[in-house]
Amino acid sequence: MTAAGTRGRIGPPTLVVGGALVGLVVAAALVSFVWTPYDPVLVDPTARLAPVGPAHWLGTDTFGRDVVSQLLVGARTTLFVGVVAVGLAGVVGTPIGIVAAMGPRWLGELVMRANDLVLAFPALLLAIMFGAVYGPSTLTAMVAIGIATVPSFARLARSGALQVLATEYVLAARAAGRPRTAIAVRHVLPNIGGLLLVQASVSFAIAVLAEAALSFLGFGTRPPTPSWGRMLQEAQQLLAVRPELALWPGLAIALAVLGFNLLGDGLRDRFDPRLVDRR
Amino acid sequence: MLLQLLRRTAVFAASLAVASVVVFAFMSVLPGDPARVALGVNATEEAVAATRAAFGTDRPLVVQYLDWVSGLPVGDFGRSYVTHVDIGPQIVDRLLVTTWLVLSGMAVALVVALPLGVLAAVRHRRASGAVISAASQVGVAVPSFIAGILLVTVFAVRLRWLPSGGWTPPAADPVDFLRKLLLPALALGLVQGAVLTRYVRSAVLDVLREDYLRTARSKGLTPGRALVRHGLRNAAIPVVTVLGLQLSTLLVGAVVVERVFVIPGLGSLLLDGVANRDLLLVQGVVIVLVLAVLVVNFLVDVAYTVLDPRLRRAA
Repeated sequence: MTAAGTRGRIGPPTLVVGGALVGLVVAAALVSFVWTPYDPVLVDPTARLAPVGPAHWLGTDTFGRDVVSQLLVGARTTLFVGVVAVGLAGVVGTPIGIVAAMGPRWLGELVMRANDLVLAFPALLLAIMFGAVYGPSTLTAMVAIGIATVPSFARLARSGALQVLATEYVLAARAAGRPRTAIAVRHVLPNIGGLLLVQASVSFAIAVLAEAALSFLGFGTRPPTPSWGRMLQEAQQLLAVRPELALWPGLAIALAVLGFNLLGDGLRDRFDPRLVDRR
Repeated sequence: MLLQLLRRTAVFAASLAVASVVVFAFMSVLPGDPARVALGVNATEEAVAATRAAFGTDRPLVVQYLDWVSGLPVGDFGRSYVTHVDIGPQIVDRLLVTTWLVLSGMAVALVVALPLGVLAAVRHRRASGAVISAASQVGVAVPSFIAGILLVTVFAVRLRWLPSGGWTPPAADPVDFLRKLLLPALALGLVQGAVLTRYVRSAVLDVLREDYLRTARSKGLTPGRALVRHGLRNAAIPVVTVLGLQLSTLLVGAVVVERVFVIPGLGSLLLDGVANRDLLLVQGVVIVLVLAVLVVNFLVDVAYTVLDPRLRRAA
């Protein structure tokens, strides 16, 4: 019995809602490349703190910049940081995990201990350290989030690989004299792909959160590039006058995180049949 | 079990040592020379050399590392190259503030998550259970600093019930202390509470399916009694692990929440240190935060071994 078979034709609700929210963020980012209502970085002193209305759908900020335009371009920043950070973590962490599973026991043990050590440096702390040494930027934020996410992938890849390695078809492949790398690429990787995809989605949510927090603290994306976290930080000064200015980027961040989390949950239902009766 | 504990302690000690090397090395590979930075570009070579000697940065890196790390156990973090103030006392002061914040956040999380998580599990086939699950899913997606901003908007700016930020030590004015602590504690705790609710729910759900619970009910215990007497203790094991991990998350979350509420904690100290390029201070705060995370992880490991007799035997 598969997860999909027990539910409606379009899949579990988590997958649908999550996919829709993620789709919305991706669409916003794509649209921003061809069209935004205004130039997102255009400072317009005559339109400072314009209210919500036909001219500016969600109003303008303290510099007269259009909020909708900033949100659209901000989606680009969010996705860019997420893709690079999670991509980095996956590309580095997955092979480490597989090697740890296939290599000698001491190597596996060593890798796992190193993993625990990296886990003691949360993404935010790493990014602040990087920022202190190299100066804050989108790049340092992405690299720091990526490094902090490597252990999740390594751990998952290792445990997944250990399961695959215990199967009879791997035993058969070994008996037939297939080299280790071939087993890793032909058997292990395709079989843990689903789990890795789930991890990628969940990690993406964490990356979005981390990027927002870093930009909020001034350690992420530098001005004038629009970023949801920095919009929030700027809006915090104006809570007494224009609280809704904090609401829009806050909502954008929360919906993006919710989307990737739900997508991860939905994908897990698809790829991990053991969890089907959990819900 | 003793062997298991000894092994874990050894791993913990090794992690500490490696972490201190990593932090020191990372902050020391910097291109600038602290002495030159302190004196400015127009300083003479002799002055720079003298300052370097005063800072101790003219010694080999290994000596500098050993000097730094040997001071840590007694709270000696060195003297700032920028402000020339001892770093240790500052860290202790700020750590106290952050500890209040983290513990109160944890308390909020537990108060929210334990009843709601159990309820969501027991009623997982009913609407009320689904509503709690959905609400916790949404709560997970709201980072604590956004929650903080929302709370400030509603309770400080609009309703004017509570201050929007700041800090008063508990000894100075207990009432004002609590008033200022409440919003940041809620900001930190509600979000972690949402995460924890999901774990409590799934742990209790697992327990509900166990044979021993059915046995307890067949002996005549009501579902509620059976769960309290036999279920919750077993459900506690995975929850304790998550709680430990969350303590680390709260510590890092506090860095951001302190910025939202202008609280003079460890996070503010760290960010100020970065802003002033006070690298020895940053190094000190980072090692304290990493140490805290490692200690918590170690304690969770130990608690795990002690709580679960099955793991004891496995060792």
